[in-house]
Amino acid sequence: MYKAFLIKYSEIGLKGKNKYLFENSLINQIKKSLENIGDFRVAKSQGRIYVECPDIYDYEETVAALKTVFGIAWICPVKIVESIDFEDIKQAVGEFIDNRYADKNFTFKVEAKREDKKYPLTSPQICAQIGAHLLNLYPDMKVDVHNPQVKLMVEVRSNTYIYSENIKGLGGMPVGSNGKAMLLLSGGIDSPVAGYMIAKRGVAIDAVYFHAPPYTSERAKQKVVDLAKLISKYTGPINLHVVNFTDIQLYIYEECPHDELTIIMRRYMMRIAESIAKETGALGLITGESIGQVASQTLESLAATNEVCTMPVYRPLIGFDKQEIVEISEKINTYETSILPYEDCCTIFVAKHPVTKPNIKKIANSEKRLSEKIDELVEEALNTKEVIKVK
Amino acid sequence: MEAYLDNAATTRVNESVKNIMVKALIEDYGNPSSLHVKGLEAERYIRNAREIIAKQLKVEEKEIIFTSGGTESNNLAIIGSALSNKRAGNHIIASSTEHPSVYNAMGYLKELGFDISYTPVDSYGRIDIEELEKLINENTILVSIMYVNNEIGSVNDINQIAKVIKEKNPSTLFHVDGIQAIGKYEIYPKRQGIDLLSISGHKIHGPKGVGALYVRDRVKVSPLLYGGGQESKMRSGTENVPGIAGLGQAISDIYENHTEKIETMYRLKQEFIDGINKLNETIGDVYVNGLVDDLRETAPHIVSVSFKGVLAEVLLHALEDKGIYVSSGSACSSNQPGISGTLKAIGLGQDLLSSTIRFSFSVNTSFEEIKYTLEELEKIVPILRRYQPH
Repeated sequence: MYKAFLIKYSEIGLKGKNKYLFENSLINQIKKSLENIGDFRVAKSQGRIYVECPDIYDYEETVAALKTVFGIAWICPVKIVESIDFEDIKQAVGEFIDNRYADKNFTFKVEAKREDKKYPLTSPQICAQIGAHLLNLYPDMKVDVHNPQVKLMVEVRSNTYIYSENIKGLGGMPVGSNGKAMLLLSGGIDSPVAGYMIAKRGVAIDAVYFHAPPYTSERAKQKVVDLAKLISKYTGPINLHVVNFTDIQLYIYEECPHDELTIIMRRYMMRIAESIAKETGALGLITGESIGQVASQTLESLAATNEVCTMPVYRPLIGFDKQEIVEISEKINTYETSILPYEDCCTIFVAKHPVTKPNIKKIANSEKRLSEKIDELVEEALNTKEVIKVK
Repeated sequence: MEAYLDNAATTRVNESVKNIMVKALIEDYGNPSSLHVKGLEAERYIRNAREIIAKQLKVEEKEIIFTSGGTESNNLAIIGSALSNKRAGNHIIASSTEHPSVYNAMGYLKELGFDISYTPVDSYGRIDIEELEKLINENTILVSIMYVNNEIGSVNDINQIAKVIKEKNPSTLFHVDGIQAIGKYEIYPKRQGIDLLSISGHKIHGPKGVGALYVRDRVKVSPLLYGGGQESKMRSGTENVPGIAGLGQAISDIYENHTEKIETMYRLKQEFIDGINKLNETIGDVYVNGLVDDLRETAPHIVSVSFKGVLAEVLLHALEDKGIYVSSGSACSSNQPGISGTLKAIGLGQDLLSSTIRFSFSVNTSFEEIKYTLEELEKIVPILRRYQPH
């Protein structure tokens, strides 16, 4: 019965002169989300976005796809009547109510809009006459203009649009409307969720993954590519920078106290990520850290890893419990992939009792032991990185 | 240099196999069920392959059923014979080290209400025949035992097992998973007392996606697939003509000059084991698993080695970096308990379970590859041991 979806967006409506850019970005994301579902037409008309459905499409699948698009506040399934003749409209509204609501025992209100001010009826007249028509047809329905259970919208344009439902969209802002940031992506549960959450605010995402062959396998790398692909459904295309970290890791292992390995390693990861971010025009780093989750995520450890960056580091999961993070990862469909059992470089080189309260001075001192070769190794890692375009 | 030592996982297809498959794909591509000459031509490939395999096994052609591979052969043998013989009893026996395609088929039968027993193995991975004998009773309809263990290469005494089964209960069927054994041994089901024998193409330089099941005449097996009634109604579906042709060719190839080939493989294996024992003297803590005094009592192509203090997965990738391809002897991840039945079953220590690598050879493996692998192991293992988690 629904021939179209009206897409309502909230925040981007506020954005003044850039509004059309945001709308275009939203339209692109909507088109992309529906690409495999059918031949939909997505069009902008009078400050609204309409998704017009092909003759054959799956309603549930379409709504689910629209629910993956950041920037959509509400999704309204719309019946289109190819006429503006008032008798036709009355008949169509009657059918619409009958199809959609088997049980007619509810309160309602009609709201109307007309595009052509020369239309024979004014908006209040349309409301009143349709309301009367419905009360006549379905005696169980009752009018309540203040607190209706069903708000029936009738819009008379070149065709007539009828809708009564608002399905909650994903919210947030259309991807790409707020610059780009660099996500430190591991194979774990947290970092894909962190990327998703920042992307929700309209930020485009690139990612960096630290690969440590032979300690981590090609399959571990594939898993990260797969995760990037899963979140790109929400975030749009991702450039995934794969950095070979083995030599740096082994060098740290050789030269530094083993209980500080993780912290020093993470400091170098942040340095490298920041340098790639600068090179690619990203404006911040994103990590999946959450306070106290592991030894490297105590406040002391976070301070120690944060210290090496000048760029802002966004940690959207910082106050989340593991279970809350898992719930989001299940919702965005990354959980099953995240728990595949491939080693990542952090799990192989891990001390039994890593420091949980690192002293920044002491860590910086330990890092001095690396002075001979580390710059060269970092340089080498940056020069040999591989970029995988994920979309 | 490249050394592919993962031939128990799969093998490279022979040139002759490739050629016959290409011909079946491009020239004689008919459907064997078609009445016209294209159909007849395609059917000839299947007839030929069936004839080759039946001759090799010294069985009747009608006793060979083509399948999609080892997993299907094992499933058809076990589930099919259990379902068609459930009136005779509901007890089934398997060994504790069977391949997942047997093990999980047993799990399915258990859900259906069958009673499944598992025989233990000795420290060499061979089933305990005395225990097996005790387990068999008048309700036992099927015993399923692997010929060659895929993880450590131990070999079960199939003739003796068959004898024990038939003496205890003559109506008990004996299924042998011969997937790692075909091409390594001359297998004659009728003389050895085997009722059902699974084989697979890609372990013997044939294609993937094709296998066969020998079903002794008058043994009833319910089909798993229903359709056009191909393969004596036991396996419906348009025949995989190129695959079946390839399987026939692979069988024919592997049994040519067979004794010499196997002799060479044992010499390779001996050379490799000698090298590993030397490594044990130079770098220490390197052990061959499941080794019996006489090498000839183990399969010619599989060697399982534990490298203490090295994670198998890491060693595997370090070897890969040198062009050497092997398998980790067990699923190295602690997230997947129960996958490496064999290593646990032979009583391998916890510290070695995740440090075990399987090297497996083929008729194409060279002495140079063995030498190269041993040299690289001597270099890599000490380096990796320095960087292991404490």
